[in-house]
Amino acid sequence: MSPRPYVRKIQRSWWLHHPRYVVYMIRELTCLFVGLYCAMLVVGLVRLAQGQAAWDAFLAALCSPLVVILQLVCLVFAIYHSVTWFALTPKAMPLMIKDEPVPGSVIVGAHYVGWAAVSIVVLIAAGM
Amino acid sequence: MDVIEVDIAIVGAGGAGLRAAIAAAEADSSLTLALISKVYPMRSHTVAAEGGAAGVIKDNDSLDNHFNDTVSGGDWLCDQDAVELFVNTAPLELLQLEHWGCPWSREAGGKVAVRPFGGMKIERTWYAADKTGFHILHTLFQTSLKYPSIRRFDEYYSTDLIVEDGRCTGVIAIEMRSGRMVAFRAKAVVIATGGAGRVFPFTTNGAIKTGDGMAMAYRAGVPLKDMEFIQYHPTGLPGTGILITEGSRGEGGILVNKDGYRYLQDYNLGPPDPWPRKKAMELGPRDRLSQAFWHEQQKGRTIKTAQGDVVYLDIRQLGEKKIRERLPMVRELAQAYVGVDPVHAMIPVRPVVHYTMGGIHTDIDTATSLPGLFAAGECACVSINGANRLGSNSLAEIVVFGARAGREATAFAKANPKSGAGGKAGAAAQERLRELFGREGGNDTVSGLRKAMNDAMETGAGIYRSEDTLQKTCSILADLRARYRKVQLQDRSNVFNTDLIQTFELGCMLDVASAMAHSALQRKESRGSHQRLEYPGRDDVNYLKHSLASYRGDEPPSIDYCDVVITKSQPAERVYGGAAT
Amino acid sequence: MSETIALEVLRYNPETDNEPSFQSYTVPYKDEWVVLDALNHIKDNLDATLSYRWSCHMAVCGSCGMTINNEPKLSCHTFLRDYRGGVIRVEPLDHFPIERDLVIVMDSFMDKLSSVKPYLIPKEDKPLSTGEYLQSPGELQAFHQYTQCINCMLCYAACPQVGLNEDFVGPAALALAHRYNLDSRDAGRNARAEIVASNEGIWECTFVGACSQVCPKNVDPAAAIQQTKISASVDWLKDLLTPRAHR
Repeated sequence: MSPRPYVRKIQRSWWLHHPRYVVYMIRELTCLFVGLYCAMLVVGLVRLAQGQAAWDAFLAALCSPLVVILQLVCLVFAIYHSVTWFALTPKAMPLMIKDEPVPGSVIVGAHYVGWAAVSIVVLIAAGM
Repeated sequence: MDVIEVDIAIVGAGGAGLRAAIAAAEADSSLTLALISKVYPMRSHTVAAEGGAAGVIKDNDSLDNHFNDTVSGGDWLCDQDAVELFVNTAPLELLQLEHWGCPWSREAGGKVAVRPFGGMKIERTWYAADKTGFHILHTLFQTSLKYPSIRRFDEYYSTDLIVEDGRCTGVIAIEMRSGRMVAFRAKAVVIATGGAGRVFPFTTNGAIKTGDGMAMAYRAGVPLKDMEFIQYHPTGLPGTGILITEGSRGEGGILVNKDGYRYLQDYNLGPPDPWPRKKAMELGPRDRLSQAFWHEQQKGRTIKTAQGDVVYLDIRQLGEKKIRERLPMVRELAQAYVGVDPVHAMIPVRPVVHYTMGGIHTDIDTATSLPGLFAAGECACVSINGANRLGSNSLAEIVVFGARAGREATAFAKANPKSGAGGKAGAAAQERLRELFGREGGNDTVSGLRKAMNDAMETGAGIYRSEDTLQKTCSILADLRARYRKVQLQDRSNVFNTDLIQTFELGCMLDVASAMAHSALQRKESRGSHQRLEYPGRDDVNYLKHSLASYRGDEPPSIDYCDVVITKSQPAERVYGGAAT
Repeated sequence: MSETIALEVLRYNPETDNEPSFQSYTVPYKDEWVVLDALNHIKDNLDATLSYRWSCHMAVCGSCGMTINNEPKLSCHTFLRDYRGGVIRVEPLDHFPIERDLVIVMDSFMDKLSSVKPYLIPKEDKPLSTGEYLQSPGELQAFHQYTQCINCMLCYAACPQVGLNEDFVGPAALALAHRYNLDSRDAGRNARAEIVASNEGIWECTFVGACSQVCPKNVDPAAAIQQTKISASVDWLKDLLTPRAHR
């Protein structure tokens, strides 16, 4: 009598079967919106290279209500992406100072400080 | 029946079995080894051992000290030539584990650290936090993966030894995933199947500790030695019996009764001195501590709980940092299973069956009276533990004698080419299985008989025994063994039939229990962990001997005696605590 | 009438069933009982045909992993009191074939564990006569958490990548490789890299993190894998920039 193990096939909807997987998929989804916003920035660069008129048209397009909403959605997803990324950094880079582990909160905090610093620089450069 | 030909078959893949396999593989990599276990190796009960493994390495210690502690701890029933070999070899074996990656806890300078342990006048217990058995087992299992000559047969339940022309030439086993029976034909067989704590109802032992290997050897004509000596570990959790390591007392824990009184001082174990703890009260030998509990219980000074009477283990004075570093598992276990955080509250504990000092009679080279059959670890009785085992000697024992068994089995296999066809043993085993599957009309269940056996053993063969209680237990066991012959399977399937396995395990336990009870009945003295109410003292004139229980089928075992090897240490009084020099 | 609690247990006998199905049982409710106690009660008193693995009952042997109310857990460490008043659904661990009832086929796990060379590979032979390797408490601390794995496979049940790709070496095996890579006595990182730093190794991981969430011993295999990704990448870069003196 040879045993016949039962193989449970994984379903396409596997990620709906537990909240932790849904949360994971949302995190993964953020890359689409981050990518989309990057694409928009590339388009902006191209328009800039094409001259003043093209650039102004680009800026005007950015102000249309639909595109503003899109940008806000991208912003929310980008923030979520960054927040979840920062939260995971202590796992990937555990730090030891003099044989004592550096607390995770310090590593995460350092990332936020860095993010804030870069943001300030960018905002100043943008003339705000 | 399928036949698998190998050079050496090792039954049991815990610490001793894995060490034997590695030793055999290193001795001669051309030999084929079958490592047969009813569970995957990581599940073996070695994994649950906590406190540590003893080996002399520090300057303030000596081999003679370890020798003397062990012999007196065993109440002079240890074979002193074996103890000498053991203490000499233990440090090397523990070092070998370190070289294989075992994460021993360290001193500041990087050397291996040792901690005080019960019955040891000088600290020599190597430890890996409070999960030493876990780390030793995983180190051995992971190391064993390096040797291609070790073929593992995981989840094969061994039922019988193959004996031909007075020699052991293999073992019959059931492949659990299919139910098919297989004959392993080998030139040498090593049994390393562990002890039999599940014979009792309250035990630290896991489900698998059912004495299978002991029973196999016993039925094949090898006597079981010193079976009356069963160790109660003083600190198990009530209800589950989960082990709370002696290490917690080694680090400074104390035991108190319902009045908050350190009661051990009433039993010649005092004084209740503070730190340093080497000869401390709570680090007395396990038999004495468990016996003290029994006396406190008789005096009504234990605490009543829903899971029975307990005393308290108090480690609050160690502080949170030390508990986190040295006893993290103790904290986890107390919190999960009795809802107590030992940093802030006392842990309820009681003595629970923990270790089988007795076992398959072997000589100093792990050989049994059956040529070709070797045994090592808790299932064997060399004897280095005598009437009472000191904590942390067992984890050292399994590697010392496991390695020895592997080498001896290799030498035997090379010197003795196989003969015989093995057909008869196979046929008998197969017929027995067929009969079991076809049996009808039984009134008993395996679980019912098991519970009756547990109750009989706890009542009659517990910490304190008497002629009456033992006689009663012996006759209950005889009745249970007869009823066992008629018990029917409730599960008659072939694939991973755990009802079948539990039925076999019960048969092994009943045979082993019978050896335990009858050996206890015949020993009319008190020594170590065997205490007779009507014979309260040690009788070196008549009983400085090992008991030997021989299988007589359905009849009770015959009990004979053989001499203890005494070399350097003459029997004296066992003295602990402040009175000890 | 003392309190009881209901269990629904997934049963499967390959000799009689085409597929698994649930069977209901009612067991006594006791505050201190775990799901394993309930299963033992069923086997001893109600239905001896139920098959499952267990041994130590103290969360150290790793035998009793099961899916309990959709969560991978050790049945000896899952308390009835946390499910009081409800139904407890017990199934075998996900992502493994079912052999019988709650018993899974774990061959793939054993193979994956062996494949990462989970044993000490020292730089050179050190005779026993020279004593122990010196290892400071700090050096021990560096890898200690990764030694805690009890091989219970809850992480494999939780990891969707294990479910989606049966060749993925998986969290426990990779954490064990990391344990040895971090051990100051070991020099085997290169030897392990072939499997560990392969596509079926660390690079199959997308840091879902479920493995670390379900691990009963706080091994944190997710951390082990991400750290290995960094060290493997650094190794790769070093190899690229400097020619290797040996292969």
